Parts: sequence; C-alpha cells; structure tokens
Amino acid sequence: MREELEGKVMVVGDNVDTDQIYPGCYLALTDPKEIGKHCLEGVDKAIAGQFPAGGIIVAGRNFGCGSSREHAVIALINMGAAAVLADSFARIFFRNAVNLGLPPVICRGISRRAKPGQTVRLDLKNGTVSILETGEVLPCEPLGDQAVKILEAGGIKPLMRARFGKK
Amino acid sequence: MHAVEKIFARHSGRREVSAGEIVTARVDFAEINDLYLQTIYSFYEMGGEKVWDREKCAFVFDHYAPTPDVRSAGNHRQMREFARKNQLKYHFDTNCGVCHQVMPEAGLIRPGMIVVATDSHTTTHGAFGAVGTGCGATDMAAVLMTGEMWFRVPEVIEVRLEGETKKGVYPKDVILAVLGKIRADGAVYKAIDFTGSYVEGLNVAGRMVICNMAVEMGAKTAYMQPNQEVLSYVNARCSCPYEVETTDPGYVYGERYLFDVSALEPQLACPSSVENVRPLPEVAAEKEVRVDQGYIGSCTGGREEDLAAAAAILKGKHIPPYTRLVVVPASREVMLAAMEKGYLKDLMEAGATVATPGCGACLGAHEGILAPGEVCISSTNRNFPGRMGSTEAQIYLASPAAVAASILNGRITDPRTCL
Repeated sequence: MREELEGKVMVVGDNVDTDQIYPGCYLALTDPKEIGKHCLEGVDKAIAGQFPAGGIIVAGRNFGCGSSREHAVIALINMGAAAVLADSFARIFFRNAVNLGLPPVICRGISRRAKPGQTVRLDLKNGTVSILETGEVLPCEPLGDQAVKILEAGGIKPLMRARFGKK
Repeated sequence: MHAVEKIFARHSGRREVSAGEIVTARVDFAEINDLYLQTIYSFYEMGGEKVWDREKCAFVFDHYAPTPDVRSAGNHRQMREFARKNQLKYHFDTNCGVCHQVMPEAGLIRPGMIVVATDSHTTTHGAFGAVGTGCGATDMAAVLMTGEMWFRVPEVIEVRLEGETKKGVYPKDVILAVLGKIRADGAVYKAIDFTGSYVEGLNVAGRMVICNMAVEMGAKTAYMQPNQEVLSYVNARCSCPYEVETTDPGYVYGERYLFDVSALEPQLACPSSVENVRPLPEVAAEKEVRVDQGYIGSCTGGREEDLAAAAAILKGKHIPPYTRLVVVPASREVMLAAMEKGYLKDLMEAGATVATPGCGACLGAHEGILAPGEVCISSTNRNFPGRMGSTEAQIYLASPAAVAASILNGRITDPRTCL
C-alpha cells in the first residue's frame, strides 16, 4: 500500500450503488480490462473512457451499497482508480476494496468540498486528505488494523498465498 | 450478550465477544452463486487446491437460470467442473431457484449457524436465527480454502415491530416502512434484531421478506429469535443438531426503533432509491402512475404466499392490453406448490408470463428487462437506476398484492381496493 497518493478527482453523489458502478448486464464478463471499460456506466457512460490513470473517486454517503459484486471494485481498479474517498461506504464494498488492494477511505464532508478535476493528496499514514487547489486539509478515519494489514500486503491474495506457503 | 454475539463467540472459540472486536470465525456453510466465477479464479490465484469441506459449500445457479448467453454458459461450465472436481455434496443447478430460498428448503439453514454467500441478500437467513452475511468473490475464495472468515463483531440495533397489520398490508410493506425511516445507510456494519409481537407471530416466508431487506439499510446481518414455525420448518427438512441462541435479559442495544404496524398502509419505494418510501395510497391519489410491467419474483417477493396473494387478486380477470406481468417463482418447490394450488393457472389465465425459478429480471440479467421510459412495479428488493435494465426505466417496489392490483388497473393501485 502506498502511503501517499495524489490524483485528479471524479465526484459522484450519495448512495451510488454497485448496479451504477457496474451494471448487471455485464456480470458474466470475467476479463478485468473488459470489466473496467464499463465502470460507472450507471452514472454516466462516458466516465470510464475519460477517467485519468491514478485518479481518485470522491463520493457521498453509502458508496457501493447494494449487491456484493466484486466486479464493482475490479471495474474501478481497471478503470485506473487509485483510491475511493467517501463520506461513508457500504460494508461489502468496503471489504471487497480492501481485499483487492483499493483503499476505501472515509473522509466525512469530502463530497461537498472536492470539485471535479481538482487534485487531492491522500496521506494514509497521517490520515489526511488535502485539496491542492484550495489548500484545504480534511481528516480521514483510520482504516482499522485488519484493513491496513491486508492493504499493506497488497490485498488478501498475497496474504493467503503466504499462509498456504505459495510464492 | 446478544444472540448474534453468542453465535460469533461460539464460532471463534471465545467465551465472549463484543461489538467492534475483530474475530476469525468458523463458517458453517458457504454458498456461491453463478455471478461469481471470480471465486474460482481467486481460489487458484491464492494457491487453493481443494475446498476445506466438500459437505459445507455449494454452488447455486440462480442468476442465469437457464443461461441466456454463451458467456454465462461458459461460466456455469467452469463452475460445474470445479464442483465436480471437489466432489461437492450439494449442487443446485439451473432447475432449483434463488439461493436464499433454495438453501433453507434443502435443510441447509439452521438456527445458530454462520452462513456466508456471495450475495448481499444472505441476511435473509436471520429469519431462522442464523447469522447470514454476503461477501465478495475473493473473500469467498478464502473461505473455501480455510473454512473461516474474519469479522468485525457488529453492534446490534433493535427494530421492534408491534401490533398486527390490517388486511392488504404485508411483510413487504412493513420492511419498506422500516427502510423509509432508517434509510439506506442507517444500519451499515450493524446487525438488526427484529423483535416484537408482530415478528413473534410471523410465518417463515414473512420473516424471510423482512430479514432479506435488512441489507438495504446496510446491515451486515439480520436476526429474529426463532419461533415455533421456524423450528417446525427446520426440523421437517434437517435432522442435524443445532443450537438456538438467546439474547441475555437486560442486553442493551446500540439503538432502538419502535414501529406500530397496526395503522400501517401499503407502502411504495419510489424511483430510484430503496429509501424513497411513501404510503402507496398517497402516491396513487397524487397522480396517475401508469405501469408497463408488473414483476412478481425474487428472494424478496417470489414465495408461495406472494403468488397466492397475486392470484387472489387476478383470478378470473385479465391485465390490460399492452402491459405485461412477469412471474418468477423463487424456487422449484414454490413453483410446484403454486401449480398444485392453481395459482399459476390463475396468473397465466390473467395474462402473466411465468418464467423459470431464479433471480430473473430482478438484477437486469434476463426475463423481463425494461426499456428506456418504461415503468415497472415490482415485488423485488431494489429499484436502483438500471437495476432491471435501462437506466432510463423507473422501478417502484411494493408488495406482490400491490403489484397485482397495479398491473390489473395499468396504474399504481392500492391493493385493498381489489380484495
């Protein structure tokens, strides 16, 4: 896990559910690159094609609510997202993001402060988010020891491989 | 301790646990549905060879039952191969139904269990006094390798439901009313314990409807203390021993909500959020809401009781021209019962299209997809934009009776006017 991330912001609203992040009609797809092309289609079909590599999603409350589909996280990662900052997350999405190494960071108020196209710097060690254009610094909630352990390993897959004695 | 905490304690080899603690708990049953071929990919990526226990995990092919395209057929093929290779004792192919209905019917859900499944609506099993929770594909792959999963022990909130509902008001209306109050994120990470005289008197199907939609408030799991109906249902299907946990007297809930259901009217979740709940008669009186499709089905609204309620309204009548009613029984057992009791005949004679048991159009996979500009009233659990097809379609959620009454009139209608 990188402790500092910097990226352009894309802002979405409250209760963006996993059907909007990854519509049900694509659930039979299994190629991650292909999955990434449909990311956030339920919000706007143009998003995935324009998303900057290493960009950061900023969301309102309850991001990732609804279905348990891990495709939502696979889509975000393969669209190029480096992290998601939200006022709050739905729980299965949070777990899926941690498991696949995409930091889901709770930063209350961020959805009203950050504007599309601005650049934010996320400092996971000190628990802060800075909006570079305005100089504003917001605190974020600690991820929790368990999530940090998994994220630091690069997701649950390397952890499990190590546990089962695989390289 | 709360019964939910006792279940987590028992499964993690602890005498006590409390909210916020991280525990590693033994999983009693792991179920994978057919959206998640990724589970097998992750299993092998993580070095998995054989599942931890061939009698404690199963695939349920419900979202693509039967397969609508080459891709999903290929996914099923790979899952069948994995199941065969691991000699899984239980396997539910495309002839079975929705996982959350099929699992209890097969006698695989008992009080006191921890059940994980790759589906958010696994909270349904709270109806049986079990801890059921949804997870993603890679989390599931880790369970298949180890038989355990890490959990943050949830805070428990009490939703007390008192009184008896009036005629024409169903468990679906009750849970929609609760959702409208607690909102879509009001229970994130928490367990919801549904208590009160209404729950104590509720049948198995009604309990499943309410626990099913707990996840729409963000809940990790739902719980209801098993009543005699639950125990009879379980005992008729399973001979394994089980432990019914009970909450200690004086347990202090994190939050408490009280609902008197006796004055409740039919409810409606309006587009496009599950928390956008209003009394149905109020919406119907305000404006005429034309409907193109009625949909009765899913792990929320496709049980025998649901089909019976719809058939009672539609028997001897016919839906208007240029509308359609799609009926998807939740399982083969439900479909057989509905056939024997004549509900399917009544519904088909009224103009319904009956499809194979499974998830159907609830998640926009097949069997009743909506076009842009169309309006659907549905007995399912989600009305998110694009959930049942086009993002420009609108979905209203209501009880199966309200769906039947509405499609009969071609506009959203209070079911009590048709009883």
